[in-house]
Amino acid sequence: MKKPEWLDEDAGPVVRPFALIRGRTRSSGDNFDLIAVVVPTGASAPPEAIIGPEQHRILELAEEGVTVAEVASELDLPLGVVRVLLGDLKDHGLIEVRPPAQVSPLPSERILKEVIHGLRAL
Amino acid sequence: MASAPYDDPVALKILIAGGFGVGKTTLVGSVSEIRPLRTEELLSDRSIGVDDTEGVDNKTTTTVAMDFGRITIRDGLVVYLFGTPGQHRFWFMWDELAYGALGAVVLADTRRLTDCFPSIDYFEQRGTPFIVAVNCFDGAEVHDPENVRIALDLDPDVPVMNCDVRRRASAKTVLITLVEHALRTLTANAG
Repeated sequence: MKKPEWLDEDAGPVVRPFALIRGRTRSSGDNFDLIAVVVPTGASAPPEAIIGPEQHRILELAEEGVTVAEVASELDLPLGVVRVLLGDLKDHGLIEVRPPAQVSPLPSERILKEVIHGLRAL
Repeated sequence: MASAPYDDPVALKILIAGGFGVGKTTLVGSVSEIRPLRTEELLSDRSIGVDDTEGVDNKTTTTVAMDFGRITIRDGLVVYLFGTPGQHRFWFMWDELAYGALGAVVLADTRRLTDCFPSIDYFEQRGTPFIVAVNCFDGAEVHDPENVRIALDLDPDVPVMNCDVRRRASAKTVLITLVEHALRTLTANAG
């Protein structure tokens, strides 16, 4: 099928990213860390929930265990938009977003030694 | 089906900082699969006048593209590398990136050493463990790391090293040096 000639990649997305979240920029997902892990709860969506294709994709990704940054990269959407989408899913009880373990102030000696060995073996 | 409880995976964050064009993206790409990440942010006062907003009066956000890479150490232990945006107008991203970071690599180019001053100031103030890695560009004179330390007025315990971020082995050594430094910082604080 021939593509319409007047649209190329430079034209940008047909739907502006913030339209996906109905223009909202604040949600319960505001403070999700970039490397917080998205985990599915396995619950089914409440009847009033509107789950869009992007959120379905997030639920698929969550099955494999992904971070907030990876969701944004995979969906090719700005972080701000992804945080709102994730916040909605969390509000619907469909996902948990787990803050990275042991970020503060530094991970344990054991973990760091493991990282050093792992990097050497790369 | 009873679902087994998830073992909380450990995700660690390392920042790659330094001036524009110093090789941050190259370093991330040498040791990991690189992926783009974008974020749309409110234009700060600083960036007004940098972004040409004339004729687009309603434009209040700007898109910042960053690189990030992932290194799997083992199942459940992953290190993420984030290249910090080099231009000053993206400073507002730094606090988010630096939060909970294991440490930072400040990449330096001896021909433009002052470019890494802001990064060094930032990590010193925040108390984030960091090292300075001098990327040896073709044609640039190779300096003794000790002279770089003096020029940058670094504390004696901050590691300074030469590197070639295009080489995987060299990029690995940079990361290992940082994690070893973070480990020393940890044990020094504990002891």
